[in-house]
Amino acid sequence: MIPAAFDYVRATSLDDALARLAADDGAKVIAGGQSILPLMKLRLARPETLVDIGRLTELQGVRRLPDGRVAVGALTTYAAMIADPILGHYGLLRDALPNIGDTQVRNRGTIGGAIAHADPASDMPAILLALDAEVVARSATAERTIPITSFFEGAFDSALRPGEIITEIRLPGGRDDVGSAYSAIEQPASGYSIAGVAAVIGARSGDRWGLCAVGVTGVGEHPYRATAVEQAIRGGASVADAATHATDGITVASDIHADREYRTHVAAVQVRRALEAAAARLG
Amino acid sequence: MTTDMLGKSVKRVEDRRLITGGGRYVDDIKLQSMAYCAILRSPYAHANIRSIDTSAAKAMPGVLDVMVGTDIPYNPLPLAWPAGGSAGLQNNVNTPRALATDSVKWTGEGVAAVIAETPEQAFDALEAIVVDYEPLPTVVDAEKATQPGAPQLHENAPNNIVFDWTVGDKAGTDAAVDAAEVVVRQRIVNQRLIPNPMETRGDIGLYNPGTDEYTIWMSSQTPHIQRILLAIFVMGIPEHKLRCISPDVGGAFGTKIFCYADYVVVLHASKRLGGRAVKWIESRRENYQSTIHGRDHITYLEIAGSKQGEISAVRVKTYANLGGRLSTIGPGIPTTLYARVLSGCYKIPNVFAEVIGVYTNTVFVDAYRGAGRPEATYVIERAMDLFANEIGMDPAELRRRNFIAPDKFPYENPSGLGTASGGAKIYIDSGNYEPAMDKALAMAGYAGMDKAKAEARRRGKYLGVGLSTYIEVCGVAPSKWIGAVGEGWGAAMWESANIKVHLTGKVVVTMGTQPQGQGHETTYAQVIGHELGIPMEDIVVQHSDTQGTPMGYGSYGSRTSSVGSTAAIRAAAKIREKARRYAAHMLEASVEDIEVDGAEYRVKGSPDKKKTFQEIAFALDLAFDAPEGMEPYLDETAYYDTPNCTWPFGTHVAIVEVDEATGHVDLVKYVAVDDVGNKINPMIVDGQLHGGIAQGVGQALWEGAVYGDDGQLLSGSMLDYAMPRAAWFPHLELDETVTPSPVNPIGVKGVGEAGAIASTAAVANAVNDALKPFGIRHLDMPLTSQAVWKAMQSSKGAQA
Ligand SMILES: Cc1cc2nc3c(=O)[nH]c(=O)nc-3n(C[C@H](O)[C@H](O)[C@H](O)COP(=O)(O)OP(=O)(O)OC[C@H]3O[C@@H](n4cnc5c(N)ncnc54)[C@H](O)[C@@H]3O)c2cc1C
Repeated sequence: MIPAAFDYVRATSLDDALARLAADDGAKVIAGGQSILPLMKLRLARPETLVDIGRLTELQGVRRLPDGRVAVGALTTYAAMIADPILGHYGLLRDALPNIGDTQVRNRGTIGGAIAHADPASDMPAILLALDAEVVARSATAERTIPITSFFEGAFDSALRPGEIITEIRLPGGRDDVGSAYSAIEQPASGYSIAGVAAVIGARSGDRWGLCAVGVTGVGEHPYRATAVEQAIRGGASVADAATHATDGITVASDIHADREYRTHVAAVQVRRALEAAAARLG
Repeated sequence: MTTDMLGKSVKRVEDRRLITGGGRYVDDIKLQSMAYCAILRSPYAHANIRSIDTSAAKAMPGVLDVMVGTDIPYNPLPLAWPAGGSAGLQNNVNTPRALATDSVKWTGEGVAAVIAETPEQAFDALEAIVVDYEPLPTVVDAEKATQPGAPQLHENAPNNIVFDWTVGDKAGTDAAVDAAEVVVRQRIVNQRLIPNPMETRGDIGLYNPGTDEYTIWMSSQTPHIQRILLAIFVMGIPEHKLRCISPDVGGAFGTKIFCYADYVVVLHASKRLGGRAVKWIESRRENYQSTIHGRDHITYLEIAGSKQGEISAVRVKTYANLGGRLSTIGPGIPTTLYARVLSGCYKIPNVFAEVIGVYTNTVFVDAYRGAGRPEATYVIERAMDLFANEIGMDPAELRRRNFIAPDKFPYENPSGLGTASGGAKIYIDSGNYEPAMDKALAMAGYAGMDKAKAEARRRGKYLGVGLSTYIEVCGVAPSKWIGAVGEGWGAAMWESANIKVHLTGKVVVTMGTQPQGQGHETTYAQVIGHELGIPMEDIVVQHSDTQGTPMGYGSYGSRTSSVGSTAAIRAAAKIREKARRYAAHMLEASVEDIEVDGAEYRVKGSPDKKKTFQEIAFALDLAFDAPEGMEPYLDETAYYDTPNCTWPFGTHVAIVEVDEATGHVDLVKYVAVDDVGNKINPMIVDGQLHGGIAQGVGQALWEGAVYGDDGQLLSGSMLDYAMPRAAWFPHLELDETVTPSPVNPIGVKGVGEAGAIASTAAVANAVNDALKPFGIRHLDMPLTSQAVWKAMQSSKGAQA
């Protein structure tokens, strides 16, 4: 459990970090270290250089954008998000954040690290999918915005390019006519989700829900939007019926904790529970 | 002055040190010019080693030495406890060497060791060692390993069988089963567990070329035993040339009783380096792959009796997985410590057990908290519930009808515990099982369960209640028993205590036992403070070093408070007696006239004529005025061999709710009424119960070591091996009955293992009870959400 040898530099600014990444193919950033260090200790990751961005205050914190949206700095920790008054309005964050990891992990782990790592079972991606978030990424030469729906490309694989650093994640501003919730069944050893579902639902007008977005983690090759569920809801299906489409078109994962059959089943159960809880928050 | 603290919930004196980072564990010890060892472990579960090329590794920066198996000239590790009992029983023994030479039998078996200036350099060099393996077919399941055509691990063990051991009256049991009105049969798996002490293992070897002596610091429960095993059986060096030191030990649960390969590696490495200290610290991953696992039984159970609930016989056949090679006392656990107590607290007249010890391509299995007794308790407690269901009787009522009655003690059980124990006569000395059960049932609200079940159904939950009325064999053990051929590990099992009273009346106690977090420094001080009438603060309790403590057999088998404390009491009695003789001299009275009241020694009838313990100690230490023939100083040692084991018992009741939609099991209430005899420190007793219960519940609901068919450990880290978490537990409601043990002077029984022995069956019974509406009779552990949901599905399917 000792990593292979590596160099370590502490970035003095975002530009410094980006320049170092651009200059060195073997460099990787470290933020809170909660994902990359365990991999390095097992020697499954062997970066030649770690560029520490952990102290870049410019990437920390939550602020409201002029257009009403909310920007979360990539280095904002789970603990900081839990304490943040703006984010406190999001029901799904209130549900999910306190159950991610333990106190130490929440104190160190960052939102940027969580999505850059693209673990197929981590919670934040499902939430950001349901919120239709945008990821802002910078390289030494350019900045671009990646819709979260095209961010996750595979297990531990994302649209992020070598040399890019996530600077912030943008969320839609909270709305009173929207309810959201997060519901997960945890793998008891790791605490990651066997099936974790984030649901955002808009107030009914007539017999239709105003809005429906469902993000699912732990189930497929990577976190995904359960578009079949959303369509069913938009088409007027009941929550229970819509939930049965939780894994339509998805290659469902299988491991020693949950095989394909069980995971498929509990994905639907969690979709139903998340939608019901989100709807209940509409009051 | 502190008053008498025996029986009080005194805060643990070691905790300030242990919880503020002041403990000193093996990894905290840094010796001058210390080198570091890393061990290369086999990635294959079964393979021949064709060759090992260490040349590149030897050339790596900082590397001092690279050893392979053939570099270490010693014997394989000893097997101390072969299965015996039946006359002339053959054990087909294979134990590990310090490093494997010709073949590997499990993923994680050590094949080479690097010694380097730093741990980092040692780890780096591991990657440069080239081993040419010839992979062989694997088998990981004990029952399958005995079938024709299974891959064979050892030439001397046909069908991978280590031993085929039986106990009990076969003819009588067969006849009773044949004659019974009702026979219930069930295949029961007691899954493999990974013990997970907070501190992994580790050791430092140090050879002194000047004196030709070895020292080893080890995270061990048994430094004195390790000296015997390593010096005499493995290395062939004089016993007095090896010193074993166990500093603070951060949990063990049995795993640190045994003789491990790495001990030999670091000692030999230090010698090869001319006396540089060599440290090896186990990573968690290595701990999972190369320190012992627990349990892993497949049992075919038959329980027979009448429709009125009179149990007449229990017959079992158990396949016990012992791993790829044998650990120190591996065979003893599923034989003596399991099958000899299979009838539990019940007066079952006929018991017969066949236990087949089996080699598989897995890491070795040995004693884990409870060691054999949790496995036995699980079988018999599941059996009672299965039988009650079959005849339609309340499980509590069935138990009540079959308890050994309180007037039947001492009770000799039918599994030969009494007769096979080498003249020691191991009998169940005391018990009163019904009051404990009644108390627990009342606390749990057992009478109102039907209503609670109906209420839960309305919330989409299935509620279940489960009992475990367990007994335990603690306080191991009479040396006669443990030395009887095939019953014990051929060693003694007495305990020792030395008490020295210094000039100022301060007391240093050294013990042969070895704490791993249980609070011995507190409880012994309470006992000795009581015996000598002095405050606990005046006593320091030391242990852990073969050089500074009297020979003792260490701590495991819930033996410290009964066997160790009795040794301490006897040493204190000797101190008191000598102090009394000297008081008589000081007070110019006859010894018979000196009465002792706490720390006061006074002349009967003349209360003014008295000396305190401190005054006596001072005078006797200086010995300016000692009478002819009296040795100076108060320094006494006692060795105590217990005449019997102790027998805690109790009833645990678990209430669970199963989520219909996901199969998730929620433990909603837990009640435990334990009879551990008198208590030295009730708070420590509760702590042991809390931890033990959590560990047992862990087995019932979450934990399980999973090997793939290719022998890869799939639950290879805490990411995949589910440890119980505090948040998953309700408040544990503890109560007691007190039946003091007649075996020792303070009437204690031991509590280290009780929680773990009782709780697994209680929770498993509760889940099976919850699943009754689905027509499910028995579901194997761990009762994970997936397992429970699948069972509910398949029975729904069957009903449809
Ligand atoms: C014990 C434990 C329990 C956990 N439990 C959970 C859980 O229940 N649910 C859950 O969802 N997660 C869980 N996690 C994972 C945790 O959420 C992530 O490890 C954490 O959020 C990652 O953030 P970090 O800042 O530590 O990333 P790091 O480990 O520093 O980095 C992770 C990866 O992201 C890259 N990276 C980091 N920041 C950026 C950036 N701004 N731009 C580009 N690339 C970047 C790094 O190069 C690296 O490849 C757990 C982790 C641990 C150790």
